[in-house]
Amino acid sequence: MATTLAPTKKRETLDQAVIRFCGDSGDGMQITGSQFTNTAALYGNDLATFPDFPAEIRAPAGTLPGVSGFQVNFSSSDVYTPGDAVDVLVAMNPAALKTNIKDLRTNGILIVNADDFGEVDLKKAQCKTNPLEDHSLDGYRLFKVELTKLTRAALKELGLDAKSMDRCKNFFALGMCYWLYNRPMDGTHRWLDDKFKSKPTLAEANKLAMKAGYAYCEATEAFQTSYEIPPAKLEAGTYRNISGNTALALGFVAASQKAGITLFQGSYPITPASDILHELSMFKSFGVVTFQAEDEIAAVASAIGAAYGGALAITTTSGPGMALKMEAIGLAIATELPLVICDIQRGGPSTGLPTKTEQADLLQALYGRNSEAPVPVLAAATPGDCFWMAFEASRIAIKYMVPVILLSDGYLANGAEPWKIPSVEDLPEIPVKFATDPQGFQPYKRDPQTLARPWAIPGTPGLEHRIGGIEKQDVTGNINYEPLNHETMVRIRAAKVEGIAQDIPEAIPVGDAEGDLLIVGWGSTYGPITAALRAVRAKGRKVGHVHLRHLNPLPRNLGDVLKRYKKVVVPEMNMGQLSMVLRAKYLVDAIGFNKIQGQPFKVAEVEAKIEELLK
Amino acid sequence: MTATLPVYTKKDFQTDQEVRWCPGCGDYAILSAVQSIFPELGIPREKFAVVSGIGCSSRFPYYMNTFGFHTIHGRAPAIATGLKATHPDLEVWIATGDGDALSIGGNHTIHMLRRNLGVKVLLFNNKIYGLTKGQYSPTSEVGKKAKSTPYGSVDRPFYPLSLALGAEATFVARSVDVFQAHLKATLRKAAAHQGSAFLEILQNCNIFNDGAWEAIAEKDVRDDRTIAIEHGQPLIFGKNKDKGIRMNGLNLEVVVLGNGVTEKDLIVHDERHPNPAYAFLLSRMDSQPGFPTPIGVLRAVDAPRYEDLMSEQVSDIIAKKGKGDLTKLLRAGDIWEVK
Repeated sequence: MATTLAPTKKRETLDQAVIRFCGDSGDGMQITGSQFTNTAALYGNDLATFPDFPAEIRAPAGTLPGVSGFQVNFSSSDVYTPGDAVDVLVAMNPAALKTNIKDLRTNGILIVNADDFGEVDLKKAQCKTNPLEDHSLDGYRLFKVELTKLTRAALKELGLDAKSMDRCKNFFALGMCYWLYNRPMDGTHRWLDDKFKSKPTLAEANKLAMKAGYAYCEATEAFQTSYEIPPAKLEAGTYRNISGNTALALGFVAASQKAGITLFQGSYPITPASDILHELSMFKSFGVVTFQAEDEIAAVASAIGAAYGGALAITTTSGPGMALKMEAIGLAIATELPLVICDIQRGGPSTGLPTKTEQADLLQALYGRNSEAPVPVLAAATPGDCFWMAFEASRIAIKYMVPVILLSDGYLANGAEPWKIPSVEDLPEIPVKFATDPQGFQPYKRDPQTLARPWAIPGTPGLEHRIGGIEKQDVTGNINYEPLNHETMVRIRAAKVEGIAQDIPEAIPVGDAEGDLLIVGWGSTYGPITAALRAVRAKGRKVGHVHLRHLNPLPRNLGDVLKRYKKVVVPEMNMGQLSMVLRAKYLVDAIGFNKIQGQPFKVAEVEAKIEELLK
Repeated sequence: MTATLPVYTKKDFQTDQEVRWCPGCGDYAILSAVQSIFPELGIPREKFAVVSGIGCSSRFPYYMNTFGFHTIHGRAPAIATGLKATHPDLEVWIATGDGDALSIGGNHTIHMLRRNLGVKVLLFNNKIYGLTKGQYSPTSEVGKKAKSTPYGSVDRPFYPLSLALGAEATFVARSVDVFQAHLKATLRKAAAHQGSAFLEILQNCNIFNDGAWEAIAEKDVRDDRTIAIEHGQPLIFGKNKDKGIRMNGLNLEVVVLGNGVTEKDLIVHDERHPNPAYAFLLSRMDSQPGFPTPIGVLRAVDAPRYEDLMSEQVSDIIAKKGKGDLTKLLRAGDIWEVK
């Protein structure tokens, strides 16, 4: 591909840029964004993405609820978030323009499909005047491009119908962005060849549209400058781009391989968790058994059955499904079977905001069951961290014979980042020891260290025994209703979970080890907090950051760490759930910083809060 | 394998746990029948797993000296599905009741049957909630006066066998707690079936619904009020074997033999009939006055088991693609090196 520029054009080198593609749900914005992301990743940029799409599969075309967007922040230095403000906004129609223009920075590049700004289009987007003509966009570098007409012209030789040609206009826009940021198109060519293996004409059409977009920028007077964003200096290694849900799926496969047992997933489709089922159902060559259950309860119950049989059993869901699973999780607690429950959180209550992010299921995970029913709770911090936390959750579940809840959220699930691929040899083994010796076997006789009971699976001669949800006698596991036995069992189950604190890393603050302010975060707020921390420390502020990946039990030294700072702030996408836990457990005046908008924190928001607290 | 199999007796399947059903409960008879047929099946004891939900019947696993899992209300089929999906070799029996299987667990029941999971389901039907002390159940007759329906229930009951057939269960049968010989024979047939074997056992709750099945199961009326159906045999019943059932259009009809009506006019039972509609007709014949309640195997057809299809898919893919390589999986798609 010729990337030599006409001599009249300038090329500027930048440190980072944020592009957002937005259009109708049917305009292929997620694909366009993903393609740009992969190309940037292969080029060596660090990056973070933020797909933001409606819950409706196809809201009426051109309307405000139907707008789908994909944002990517790519850089030659470290990237922690998809970016607060957008440098280049590609808007395929008036509705997309209207809902996204507020995030474009002043003097930012705005590319619109001028063919879609007719009277009807404007009416669908509830625009009283045409924004392309009413000077409301004067603060931006506006490029009115006839994307539809130009795409059709580029494809006229292929003999496609108008609808098929129009479906390629997103690739025209993609080609333009490739020119703008001086990117090769071969990665996308490969992807198109693979995607349209059986329909080579469509592969060709999209390639042509993309080339036409690229050539258009090169030829037209309007575009005078292109940009160069050099590769980032990432840690040496082999990288791939990964989303949180893919990373979870890979993490569980890796854990099952390292444990040497079958991976079983029971799941019921739910946004934004379904992709984990889609991924794992492809990995049958690893012996993975996936079961699409009849409902959320059957999903977790089947996983319990598989765990009873000696599998690494997982169930994956989101908040509403989590609520349905709770009784069964109680059974896994009582029968002390290893199980991992993934909750990919979304906005609630009830159906809430299915495609938007939130982290308001923490208290549900910690306490949402009848009676005293503690479980280990973990949370992934970044898309790539989902791999490691899936592995860690599996390790804890198996070692301690306990159900583990792993929290992710919509932002991590669909967002992507470059991920350093670990070498398989470096992954630790997960030892599994099934009971086999009938001599002295008791179903609830515990390992003195971990308090785990034996994993005695059906089919093992001489170990026939009964388990169930009724309170059991200590050691024998027989039904027992005696008052003191119940208290003993409640305390043992709690002690077992609490004891895991000795088996997880201590909290080590990033930034200042003591000082004026400690930021305590968990889950997907890692990115914005990290970026904000860098910004305020560069200004000389004495601030530290602890990001909790283990939420129950908490790191054993957390209480001491909290005391080393004058103030503690907890940014959360909820009404203050972790801050409540910290206040209750450590009697610390944890200040909540809460955003409940279905959108991740912006770096500037966290930064402003830090500054406010340091005044 | 069979050569080294120990010779079991009924005692080998009894536990040291004190049985905690009410004296006189029909569950004792069912337990005894199951314990006495298990030794005959030629299966190592450790291969048995008895899974149950919640309710009186669901205490069953505690009294069976096998692997046992007393789970939560209605969910035994789902738990059994996960167990079978990863251990197709296990012999899984589910003990459940009318409330457990047809009310709170109704969804799991129909989907388990639809999938033809290789399990035996013993549905103890006493038409009442026993463990919660006497509320009407989804099999209680209309007008049932119980604790929660002092003025009588108003909703129509399920015919459990009709429901199972609606889900295209591959084995559908019925027996009665007090018909020990028939019960054991039917249990053996269920045990021999490869897919989901759904066996409704009419069971008496002598505390909250005593005599629920008296009208058909009492010694002096049972021959006239039940019909023991057998594959290949005409549908004949009555103390004097003088009544039969024949087709009349799309309906069944009770006829008296003689006066020109002979055995040849009667339906010859075909449990392998490919159309589940036939068994469906049988399953609810007693909804009409004058008809007996059918006991025995209504339907027994062959179909692949869910867990086998699942594991075959896994092994087929491994055969085709080779065993998964974790390094390759982690490095799939576009990757790049940072030096």
